[in-house]
This record gives sequence, C-alpha cells and structure tokens, in this order.
Amino acid sequence: MGILEVKDVNKRFGGLQALGDVNLSVAENSVHAIIGPNGAGKSTLLNCLVGKLIPDTGSVMFAGQSVLGRKPYQINQMGISRVFQTPEIFGDLTVFENMMIPLFAKRDGAFRLHAFEGVAAERDLTEEARRMLDEVDMLDKGDAHAGSLSRGDKRRLEMAMCLIQRPRLLLLDEPTAGMARADTNNTIALLRTIKEKRDITMCIIEHDMHVVFSLADRITVLAQGTPLVEDTPENIKGHPKVKEAYLGEAA
Amino acid sequence: MLGLGKKDTLLLLLVTALTLCAPFLLNPFPVNGGLAQFNAGYPDLMQRFVIFGIFAIGFNILFGLTGYLSFGHAAFLGAGSYAAVWMFKLLSMNVLPAILLSVVIAGIFALMIGYISLRRSGIYFSILTLAFAQMSFALAYSVLTPITNGETGLQVTLSDPRILGVTANADGSIPVTHLFGIEMRATEVLRMGAWEFQFSAGYYLCAVMMLLAFYLAIRIFRSPFGMMLRAVKSNQQRLYYTGVNARPYTLAAFVISGMYAGLAGGLLAAMDPLAGAERMQWTASGEVVLMTILGGAGTLIGPVLGAGVIKYFENIFSKLNENVLHGWFAFLPDGIEDVLVAVIYPFVGKGWHLTLGLMFMAVVIFLPGGLVEGGQRITRLFRRGRSPEAQRRRTPAE
Repeated sequence: MGILEVKDVNKRFGGLQALGDVNLSVAENSVHAIIGPNGAGKSTLLNCLVGKLIPDTGSVMFAGQSVLGRKPYQINQMGISRVFQTPEIFGDLTVFENMMIPLFAKRDGAFRLHAFEGVAAERDLTEEARRMLDEVDMLDKGDAHAGSLSRGDKRRLEMAMCLIQRPRLLLLDEPTAGMARADTNNTIALLRTIKEKRDITMCIIEHDMHVVFSLADRITVLAQGTPLVEDTPENIKGHPKVKEAYLGEAA
Repeated sequence: MLGLGKKDTLLLLLVTALTLCAPFLLNPFPVNGGLAQFNAGYPDLMQRFVIFGIFAIGFNILFGLTGYLSFGHAAFLGAGSYAAVWMFKLLSMNVLPAILLSVVIAGIFALMIGYISLRRSGIYFSILTLAFAQMSFALAYSVLTPITNGETGLQVTLSDPRILGVTANADGSIPVTHLFGIEMRATEVLRMGAWEFQFSAGYYLCAVMMLLAFYLAIRIFRSPFGMMLRAVKSNQQRLYYTGVNARPYTLAAFVISGMYAGLAGGLLAAMDPLAGAERMQWTASGEVVLMTILGGAGTLIGPVLGAGVIKYFENIFSKLNENVLHGWFAFLPDGIEDVLVAVIYPFVGKGWHLTLGLMFMAVVIFLPGGLVEGGQRITRLFRRGRSPEAQRRRTPAE
C-alpha cells in the first residue's frame, strides 16, 4: 500500500473525458513523477488530489483516509502540501512572515483567534522559521517583501513554506516551468537535498524530461486521461508507447 | 510597555498626549481674533473627532488588513446609536450600560450581515454590504418606526420608564446623560489672556475610549491574527493551501470592526441622546471609507488622521461664507477683492465638498498611502544624507 492510492478515478467536463480509470499508487518516501503531453490530464489529476476538483467516480486515499469532499485547507492539515506552477506566496508580507503563517497554521489549525499575543513573542516558532530560511539560504532576505524577490527566490520561498509544515506528501506542479536552465538546475539540486535530509514523499507533475529523469524513482506516463505505463526512469526512456504518445511515432 | 514594541509604544504615547491636550492644540487662536473661526477646540467638534476616529480605526481593521471594502458600516453605527438611546429610555441615563449594549448589538448585527456578505469577495462583497445597510436605513425610516421612531428619530422623553434612573428631574426637565453622576455636557472653561480652552467630561470619556480602541487595534495589527488577515488580502489561494480557513478570519475581522462602529454609535448617542435613520445612510458609510483612504488604509494612525481632517473640513470650512471672505480681503481694492472672493467662494462654505474632493483626488493620485505616506516622505526628506542606511530601509507603515 502506498501513502497515496488513486483508484478508478474518472472526471468528465461536458463531453470531454479528462480522466479515465486512473489508478496510481505512490510509495512512501519515494519521488513519483507524472508526465504526459499537453492535455493529458495531469493538472486535473493534481486538482483531484488537493480538493479543488471532485472526481465523478473512484477514490483517492491518503495514508488510509479519503481526501474526497474535503476542502483544500483540510487536506493540507492531513499532511499534503502543494507547490504551484507559478510560485504562490504572500507578496505583501515579508519573507519572514511568509514562513510564520504555515507555522501558525500547523500549530493552531484552520482558525484561531489569537489577537492579543505578538508575533515576535512566539520564540519557538520564530526560531524555527529562521532555521528553515537558513536552510534555503534566504536568512539575509528575511525582512524583504516577498513580492520583490526574484522568481527563483520566490520558488525557494514557496518550497520552504511547504516544507516547514513537515508534510508527508509534497505535490509539485511543474516546479521548473518557464525557468532558465540555471534556475532549473538549482531547483533540481534543492529538491535533491530536501529528499536526502528528510522523510518525505514527492509527487511531481512535470513537462521537462531533464527534471523528471534526474529526480524520479517511478514515473507514470499519462496520455488522454489514462495512464499508459508506470515504470522506473530507465525503462521509461526507451519505451515505445511513450515515444508514441509524445512524438506521435508509430511504434 | 503594555506588550507593545518600542515604536508602537512611542506612537501610543504620542496619540495619548495629542488627545489629552487637544483642547489646547485645537484652540491656537485668540477668541476675539480674526482667526478664531479656525479654532476647533469646542467639545462638540472634539467629540466628533475622536468618535469618528474610533469608527475609522475599526473600519481599518477590516479594510486595511483584509482588503474587504465594506460599504455598509454605517448600519452598525446606527444600530449602536439606537441601542444606546433605548438603554437611556428604559434603564438609566448612565452611559456605561448604553455603550456596552450598543457594542453588543452592533456585534450581533455584524455577525449576521457578515456571515452572508462574506460568501463573496471584491465588488460583490461591497455591494452586498451596501444593500444590507440601505435595507437597514429604509427599515429604520419606515417599517420599524415602533423601534426607531421613523423620520423624527429616537429621543429620550419625559414619559420614559428609566427603571434605575428618574423619569424626569424635579424641575420637570429631561435628565441628561452621565457617567456615575458626571454629566457628559459638563464643561470647564479655562481663560488665559485672550485665549479660551474648554474641557468637557464628554470629550474625555470619548478620548479614553478612543485610546483603548487604538491600543486594541495596535495589538491586533501585531498579532498572529492580524498577520493572517494581511495574508487574506495578499493571497487567499496560498492561505487555503497552507491549511488556513480564511472565512472565520474575515468574519472575525468584520465583527470586530462592526463592534468598533457600534462603540462609535453608542458614544454619539451618549453625547447627545438621539438617533436618526440618516446615521445609517450610504453617505455615512462612504464617509468612513474616505477617512480611511485619506489617512492611509492599513496604517495605524492614518484612519484617525483622516477622520480628523474630514470632520474639520465639514465643521470649519463649511462655515466660511461670503461675508467672511469679504472681511479678509477688505484691504484690497474693490475690483480685486470681488474677483478673489468669487474665485475662492466655490471652495468654501457650502462648497467645502469641492475642496475635500480635490484633496482626496490629490492624495489618491500622488500619495496612495494617504496622509501617513506624505508624513513619511517628509521625514525621509529631512533624514536624507544623514544616514544612508535608514534611507534605504523603508520603514513599515505606522
């Protein structure tokens, strides 16, 4: 049993079958990549995992509990964090405050009216935020407005915000989309260190084969809403069905 | 001090000093001088400054932090006033229970309106709050006449029961509002040479309330709760995916700001025990939006400044009529005098809205951070060259 089990998931938008009988099992502490050409249903699948969409049929189980019908904030509280395609951070807040919010969410749950203590008085949490910022080399930028950061820094901040909650599963939606080669390589290096340092399961949706083959333990190829094959990167590389789906070559 | 940082403590002390010395500061001109009409240090106006300051501070907790622009906050002010007057009619003329009830009633009212309105955000939220406020206004004006006394407005009369107080004074007059015997209208006048300063019990009650309200606002701004509210404004999507439910946060902010409005409404009634439906009208809701933006939304001191400026204009500029202008320019030759008066006249007296409008436009275009940003720019101008480090580091809005 994997930590994330997707069974017979179907999703239809009007006449379009976006997902058809998707089965997926993500093993704990592995890096699982989902690849596929445009319109293969990768994002639809991801949205079904985080509570943004509800599949028409099938089930999605995380650590033995169903996520279906739960709101995004409830799913986060179960231990799933999500990194977006374009970094979603609190642009009007400082980098340091960006780190404090996930910490408060983790400690206090979805809502708590703590209107009288000061933020600075929470010494344990501020210390933890500082340590995490140090880990991603952003401690010197703590007082900067997050909105003024470079794109690469925004990406690192977003990942740090997800990681500081110690999620069991980290979902990454094309984490290197639109990045220059150097930034892409930095992101790969960052994800590798994250993987080495802690017990975490990652599920990456990605277009860039370079990223996928440098990181993934298992790869699922999605085409027209259905999984074609699931295998190790070595076996996927030369798989005839994958070539067909991507390049339209006859196998 | 009091759980505040150094800068916040200084700000609070500064505001405390300014409010307590307001009777001096607002009366800088000799009583019989030509400029005496610019004196704002009479109790009635000073009370308005601080009461509307409270209203704006509360509004800023919602609008400044979460970015939800309510166009219906006057409804809570009005509800607070009605609640207070009913307390004067039924219980006693002591202002304390009246103010307490007005805060509670406004809070319940805000909970109901906020619960429904906060299902939408942006312009739809604004329209929903506006609709609720206009409904309240229309109801208070007509259908709810038994409670609100319709067009006439709710007043204390000689036939009210007042269980804990007296129905009428021994001389047959209506009793006045008081705080454990201190009459709200009691005023000490201090004459110093050509100057005159007025100290009113009512003003100092309002001032203390405003300082408490201001202190509470600072605590909220600096708390994790306040940070969550700013996160709501910044990126709701990220907040939901970080495990936070934004709805109860915005609702709590809405109710807190509604209670501030109720406190302001209760104080208005405590100073002058009557309440009319026009307090709920949309122009009153719009006024608090103007105050907040003019002073600087999202800053601590901004809304108080904005409230002061607007109330000053409303009460002082509006009193400058044609005769006053002719008096000022009498030393000039007749032709020039008439031209000058003709040019200035549209901007003062009944035309004070024009000046206010122009000023508001100038602030929004050139100082998007309001008067507070103007102050910060001036401070930075003075500091230039002295310490390059301080200049580069942009201080967060106070």
